[in-house]
Amino acid sequence: MSNISSDKIVDTVARLCVEANYFLGKDMLQAFKNCIEKEESETGRDILNQLLRNAEIAEKEQVPLCQDCGFAVVFLELGTEVCIDGSIVDAINEGVRKGYTEGYLRKSILADPVKGKNTGDNTPAIIHTTFVPGDKIKITVAPKGGGSENMSEVKMMKPADGIEGVKDFVIDRVLRSSSNPCPPTVVGVGIGGTFEYVAFLAKKALLRNIGDRNQDPFYADVERELLQRINDLGIGPMGLGGRTTSLDVFIETHPRHIASFPVAVNINCHVARHKSAVI
Amino acid sequence: MSESIKITPPISDDVIMKLKIGDRVLISGKILTGRDSAHKRLYDLIQAGKSLPVDIEGQIIYYVGPAPAKPGYVIGSAGPTTSYRMDPYAPLLMEHGLKGMIGKGVRSQIVRDAMKQFKAVYFAATGGAGALIAKNIKSARIVAYEDLGPEAIRELEVEDFPVIVANDAFGGDLYQEGAKKYRR
Repeated sequence: MSNISSDKIVDTVARLCVEANYFLGKDMLQAFKNCIEKEESETGRDILNQLLRNAEIAEKEQVPLCQDCGFAVVFLELGTEVCIDGSIVDAINEGVRKGYTEGYLRKSILADPVKGKNTGDNTPAIIHTTFVPGDKIKITVAPKGGGSENMSEVKMMKPADGIEGVKDFVIDRVLRSSSNPCPPTVVGVGIGGTFEYVAFLAKKALLRNIGDRNQDPFYADVERELLQRINDLGIGPMGLGGRTTSLDVFIETHPRHIASFPVAVNINCHVARHKSAVI
Repeated sequence: MSESIKITPPISDDVIMKLKIGDRVLISGKILTGRDSAHKRLYDLIQAGKSLPVDIEGQIIYYVGPAPAKPGYVIGSAGPTTSYRMDPYAPLLMEHGLKGMIGKGVRSQIVRDAMKQFKAVYFAATGGAGALIAKNIKSARIVAYEDLGPEAIRELEVEDFPVIVANDAFGGDLYQEGAKKYRR
């Protein structure tokens, strides 16, 4: 058994919210550089260079990369031998409040989806918890912007649609999204499970770093094929035409019911934020 | 690469008719900000025959909800938001004198038709480059709807604010043309 104080959770979440918004992952920066070399469109190269400069400024001046500092999506891997002095949900929300306020991050959450009114501190967080063996907590904060989230979709496909149906759905979703999700994007795909779980899988897929392939060679090949097909659409950086539409495609799968074949596509913008800590 | 065209609002029809898709434009001077909620309020006022809290004649509206300014900064990160959400309101604003819109992402056919009819232009700024774009904003003040927080209407003083003409007053659409060129 280990004791973890709620204060430690508050401070960790606050720090991750700020770091995720100020510092772009090294994998993303390297991906931009690789794409600049291959990009055929002059406008496309210009935009990718702007994204590199933007990341430099955000890091140096400690300001958010994007004004949409996102919905604070928190993934918890909670060790079953952990004891916490209080509510972990309250501690996470306090961390979000602290991080978004002290880090000058934009607060984008409306208290009621229809009646509106900004909560003023970007709470509540969306929290996904899985229980794991051990006496630690792994906390991942993945702030999610609205523009790319709006281009996401869940489809209850027929088992007969198979993997080709999945591929066509992903390509169609990216094509219809066009410039809206701030390409070059990262595409998360969930296959299997249930209606609600497949969306979680697609979101979880976005936590991977650029180049991390699915462990199953079958899905790793599908990821490579989808990335090629997406970039062949020509949408390009910010949708103004080019050979860089997505930086990677990540697939996560789960067992399914014999009657169901759920598929979800969750698109992330080029400010693909996720930061983790183990406490 | 072609040289950038410099413009300063208010924008005349002569200037609009010189802008073509793909042109790089640097905007200096005063522009307005507005996004979802502010657009709905402006739209409702026009529909009700009432006057607007800001003059939009010849002006440019930048679709942005900036991050809060750190101490010593005039504004926080301030990149464009996705424009299609303003599509239901944009044609009426153009009918009432709006000449330019800055945002990111494709516009509907109705909005593109309105740009032709009322001689207006849609500029694309680089989405997600909020920290970089903020460098071109020299001052910011709220001029209407302070209660909307990041969605309040601000007047920004900008200098060489870099944009690309995505839709011109001739029906051109860089999103369609660009993707066609690089599709395989």
